[in-house]
Amino acid sequence: MPIEILMPALSPTMEEGNLSKWLKNEGDKVAPGDVIAEIETDKATMEVEAVDEGTLGRILVAEGTEGVKVNTPIAVLVQEGESADAAPAGADRAVAPAAEPAPKPAEAPAAAPVPAAPKAEAAADPDIPAGTEMVATTVREALRDAMAEEMRRDEDVFVMGEEVAEYQGAYKVTQGLLQEFGPRRVVDTPITEHGFAGLGVGAAFAGLKPVVEFMTFNFAMQAIDHIVNSAAKTLYMAGGQMGAPIVFRGPNGAAARVAAQHSQCYAAWYGHIPGLKVVMPYTAADAKGLLKAAIRDPNPVIFLENEILYGQTFDVPKLDDFVLPIGKARIHKQGRDATIVSFGIGMTYAIKAEAELRAMGLDVEIVDLRTIRPLDFDTVLASVRKTNRLVVVEEGFPQSSVGDHIASQVMQRAFDHLDAPVITVAGKDVPMPYAANLEKLALPSVAEVVEAVKAVTYRN
Amino acid sequence: MKAYRDMLLIRRFEEKAGQLYGMGFIGGFCHLYIGQEAVVTGMAMAIKEGDQMITAYRDHGHMLAMEMSPRGVMAELTGRRGGYSKGKGGSMHMFSKEKNFYGGHGIVGAQVPLGTGLAFANKYRGNDNVCLTFFGDGAANQGQVYEAFNMASLWKLPVIYVIENNRYAMGTAVTRSSAETDFSQRGVSFRIPGIQVDGMDVRAVKSAADMAVEWCRAGNGPIILEMQTYRYRGHSMSDPAKYRSKDEVQKMRSEHDPIEQVKARLLAQKGIGEDDLKAIDKEVRDIVADAADFAQSDPEPDVSELYTDVLL
Repeated sequence: MPIEILMPALSPTMEEGNLSKWLKNEGDKVAPGDVIAEIETDKATMEVEAVDEGTLGRILVAEGTEGVKVNTPIAVLVQEGESADAAPAGADRAVAPAAEPAPKPAEAPAAAPVPAAPKAEAAADPDIPAGTEMVATTVREALRDAMAEEMRRDEDVFVMGEEVAEYQGAYKVTQGLLQEFGPRRVVDTPITEHGFAGLGVGAAFAGLKPVVEFMTFNFAMQAIDHIVNSAAKTLYMAGGQMGAPIVFRGPNGAAARVAAQHSQCYAAWYGHIPGLKVVMPYTAADAKGLLKAAIRDPNPVIFLENEILYGQTFDVPKLDDFVLPIGKARIHKQGRDATIVSFGIGMTYAIKAEAELRAMGLDVEIVDLRTIRPLDFDTVLASVRKTNRLVVVEEGFPQSSVGDHIASQVMQRAFDHLDAPVITVAGKDVPMPYAANLEKLALPSVAEVVEAVKAVTYRN
Repeated sequence: MKAYRDMLLIRRFEEKAGQLYGMGFIGGFCHLYIGQEAVVTGMAMAIKEGDQMITAYRDHGHMLAMEMSPRGVMAELTGRRGGYSKGKGGSMHMFSKEKNFYGGHGIVGAQVPLGTGLAFANKYRGNDNVCLTFFGDGAANQGQVYEAFNMASLWKLPVIYVIENNRYAMGTAVTRSSAETDFSQRGVSFRIPGIQVDGMDVRAVKSAADMAVEWCRAGNGPIILEMQTYRYRGHSMSDPAKYRSKDEVQKMRSEHDPIEQVKARLLAQKGIGEDDLKAIDKEVRDIVADAADFAQSDPEPDVSELYTDVLL
């Protein structure tokens, strides 16, 4: 029986990839472990090894084909005496070989247990001049561009972390930085979060501007003493004499199927700490403009990214120096009937829910906080005064969440404007499960957001 | 003479701080440096302008050795507006960017990666400054110390790790807390050389410091100096120190006191008499009395300071 070779998933968030090269030809003998092809994902180029022995009977996806979905049959392996024509029916689903590689499309959204990149019309950002040319950019590229621009601008800025230099970033966010800036300014560290976070803070005390990458913020728990006790508190403890101009950045929150120890959102944790600024962008434009601002900020800034968002594409203004203010929310969409406040990947649920609610005749306003600390209550309260109804959406745990804090403040500062209790939609109060169905249940859902908005508008 | 004066200043300052604590002018935790004066004094004599210092919370002696103002330090201890941190840091958290003193850190061991980062900045900028990073035998058992050792050696950072082994991590004797009590050997796994130094003898400290500073400036990377020293007082003012005998303390005081050793040597020299030393004693007492007066009369910080210096 011929064996189908399927397009493999090479990372937790991979949904498709490019078949960049075949290393075996039709008719070649293949042994288990032989490298048969190279596949390029948005993060890396990976080799595909044969699992079974046989002869490469037929190649179903030509090299150079882009956007090949995971689990698509890419070749057929035949055993002695078999014919490649006896390929299983599934092979018919194969992608037709492209005559020549198609022009590279905008990078495809990474796989996600959440809605893909939205098309919802965003309200114009007042920080971007009208008529500015926009360039489709992934969040990953936007972050890299922000660091590169700031490193060109200021010799004191350097990047350090695990695999940031030679490996080009565990999630390829620092791609190309080593080549441009060299090993003095793009520093690979040992796996030693507590140590290199402290070292970075010490360098910041001396006036350098470190950008410290955590491979994920889950690992930053090893370093949280230096983030809180050494970085956040020193300015105050020193009576203003010295502080730590440092950025701690990296992916935060759940990715896909990486389970409890790799799937936690730290927005509320760091949002609790005076002396820190906490930024959690959703779009690529915000990622770029806010990371540049974070690097220039004289205070320690926690910059929470998201692995699932890295591959998503947004318009980024083509400006020589695009810097956004930290501490200002953005009205993602204007509306009258209810307000959804969210941030980071939480925005994906909000945007999908808004589309469904629009179809039901509800005009919902979406506020993207962008910054968790200092939190832009002016914008949140103004929206609540307009719509009189509020739902907050986030992926983090529900107790002492960002949403809880907002609900409390809105109750204290705009009680008379509320026509319904504030509803907080958050992750469930459990460690993140591994099983796909349970993981989906543990995260917020679009349906939950829709239900919440219907509840605050009494549409049930 | 300078060593005598500097050590005496620390001794008298700390005695006064102890008194003020007893009188209720100083609150919270207050860790005195009495007995260990030769360590920081000898180290400070070996450095130049631009070199940095960082330590933990037993930090008053280090600040005086870095020539920070006794008034500013004492006023911080009493929580007054003229203190180095405007009264917001206290005994354990004081800094002077001007004097290259980077704290003053209350978390045991945290200053070790921080000091290594200061050294990283020196190397990054291509200057020849060295960072003196002090920690105790207790902190030497923190994991982050070894994370810092690894990076410092890997990247050849100009940092001198000064381990002040005063034999007790709070109340736990080194033999009860440390599998390897030769702290100079704690860098072996990271190829960091180390030497043991008589930390009660300021001459021994100074010559070890000279050697270590030269080693670092030459680009050889980090080095460890284990200073064998002794703290006469309890861990903090609230520690009755019942974990050791009075005889042990008395023996150190009478036979190894760093100040008495220097005094005896000075008096044995030609041309220095009791009167010369008395003049120094008086100068030091005056400085300390002035600092104490200032620290008691200076007002508390303005209430508006509560919300300043959180962010820039």
